[in-house]
Amino acid sequence: MTDAAIAPLLGPAPKATNVTTESFGVRVGLIVLAIGFLFLFLLLPLASVFVEAFRSGLGAYFDALTEPDAIAAIKLTLLVAAIAVPANIVFGLTASWAIAKFEFKGKSILNTLIDLPFSVSPVISGLIYVLLFGAMGYLGPYLQSENIQIIFALPGIVLATIFVTFPFVARELVPLMQEQGTVDEEAALSLGASGWQTFFRVTLPNIRWALLYGVVLCNARAMGDFGAVSVVSGHIRGKTNTMPLHVEILYNEYNFAAAFAVASLLALLALVTLAIKVGLEWRYSDQIAAARRH
Amino acid sequence: MDARAPNDVNSLASGTWPLQWIGRWESPMQVTIENVVRTYGTTPALHGVSLDIHPGELVALLGPSGSGKTTLLRILAGLDAPTSGRVLFDGDDALKLTVQQRNVGLVFQSYALFRHMSVLDNIGFGLRVRPRIRRPARAEIKRRALELLDLVQLSGLEKRYPSQLSGGQRQRVAFARALAIEPRLLLLDEPFGALDAKVRRDLRRWLREIHDKTGHTTVFVTHDQEEALELADRVVVMSEGRIEQIGTPDEIYDEPNSPFVFSFIGESSSLPVRIEDDQVWLDSTPLGIPRGDLPNGPARLFLRPHDVEITTDSGRGVTGTIAAHRRHGAVRRVELEVGQQRNRVEIELPPALQLRSDHTIAFRPSRYRLYASAQ
Repeated sequence: MTDAAIAPLLGPAPKATNVTTESFGVRVGLIVLAIGFLFLFLLLPLASVFVEAFRSGLGAYFDALTEPDAIAAIKLTLLVAAIAVPANIVFGLTASWAIAKFEFKGKSILNTLIDLPFSVSPVISGLIYVLLFGAMGYLGPYLQSENIQIIFALPGIVLATIFVTFPFVARELVPLMQEQGTVDEEAALSLGASGWQTFFRVTLPNIRWALLYGVVLCNARAMGDFGAVSVVSGHIRGKTNTMPLHVEILYNEYNFAAAFAVASLLALLALVTLAIKVGLEWRYSDQIAAARRH
Repeated sequence: MDARAPNDVNSLASGTWPLQWIGRWESPMQVTIENVVRTYGTTPALHGVSLDIHPGELVALLGPSGSGKTTLLRILAGLDAPTSGRVLFDGDDALKLTVQQRNVGLVFQSYALFRHMSVLDNIGFGLRVRPRIRRPARAEIKRRALELLDLVQLSGLEKRYPSQLSGGQRQRVAFARALAIEPRLLLLDEPFGALDAKVRRDLRRWLREIHDKTGHTTVFVTHDQEEALELADRVVVMSEGRIEQIGTPDEIYDEPNSPFVFSFIGESSSLPVRIEDDQVWLDSTPLGIPRGDLPNGPARLFLRPHDVEITTDSGRGVTGTIAAHRRHGAVRRVELEVGQQRNRVEIELPPALQLRSDHTIAFRPSRYRLYASAQ
């Protein structure tokens, strides 16, 4: 007998259900909830920054950005990032190189120390430098006698920023380098490459996307850090104010339009960082540790 | 070095292979390993290993995991250093040379190709990192790399990246890369371990051909005895950091000098026996085989499943009851329970034989080895 002959006798086939999804209603409900949460706590505040920034018109917006104190703040932010990010690239590379390719006593301690800045409150991160280098600090008298100014000046801000952004590069590199092991380097050495040649021609290219990912995150935090920098900076207008600090000052003076104008620059930085991050994850997720952690 | 023309149509690179620049500068190297010991903290990996590798020889280090074979290979490469002992390359102390100075070609189980470089750049890497005075011109490096690509039969793939190659192709590129530096010694660490069975067999044949053509002294590590016996000029059987036996594949297979080698190579069964009154006894039955020069006392008889003859004279032979039997290719494998202790022995019988469980069979080993044993 053919199937067509059998079919009417068996009745209509039961609807196929996929065991691994929820019903339509539940799915829609959860998606609405997630989007609603994102909208309320993320998108709305971000959008309102731009709305408020342009509320008084384009002229006021550009005035706020070209005002001398604002320009000084932008320059300082860029300078701090230009010092802190390369420093952390070097520290991060050396730390992850040591952890991933060698065995030594205290390796696990180093690994834990790398995560320390994440667990410490940003205010404390700044305070430690004040306690160390401030006028009343341990090295205070020595620094004063040598006429070296660290706190309430650029060096202090740079140090505090390096501290809070240190983990970003290392955390991206350590798991990846541990997974890659030492076999590529051994091959390069056996072929006659020196240590530096091996590092630049073999190790670095193998980690380049994870490194870029870490640098992007490090830069975003370096430019946007508030807590630690606020403690060490001294808030001297036009001299030791970074962009986040400048926004705070403007807001405290009720100069909302200007505050939001400068804040919009930071928001723009956040969006650009996010776009680069997503782009890297999408294309190179197999070579980036964080993507695997998600 | 004479350029040997291929002697069959399936061999490599048609026509005369330009061997001129491969290995022409010096003849193959001799390696001497003297009493090499390697301990990690308190754990010994190698217990005083000594070995002489002749120039141009293809030597296999064969053993189970933990036997120390990879440790020995890494010491030869310079990636590890012995706790004590000497390693000589052509009579010169090799241990004072760095990895780079030793000029050994290394091939890994995981290929270790540089994933961001093309095949051609991978092969030419060793030449590009040389110090300026010894570095060939860029065009020359490219030419040599293409020649090597041809040697390993991968012409046309120079612009590909490692991720675009199959496992077998990657390993051949790794090989070409190692050959590019004109190494004195080739060290292969389980080179075919990551490949599937058919590719492994093809590459075994290919490796033998390459070795015959280029003549480098080669040491390779494997736990696959079939591979070692098929490929090597001499096999070094290792176990737990010691060398058990060194010999040609025939010697290792036919004349194993210890219970470990006998049971590790090929298939085997063993029976506890007793040497007394000039006879070899299994329980109360004399086996009718000569005792050799073993002392009286307990011993162990090792035999291979196919080296048995069925006998009707159960007064002199091994009698066992059939516990299980199964078809094994062209023969039948029968598991027998033998003796009071009911030891299990596997023998091979022609498939035509009718068998029933609990049937008894008597056999005599036609080839076997006797080793004194402790218990």
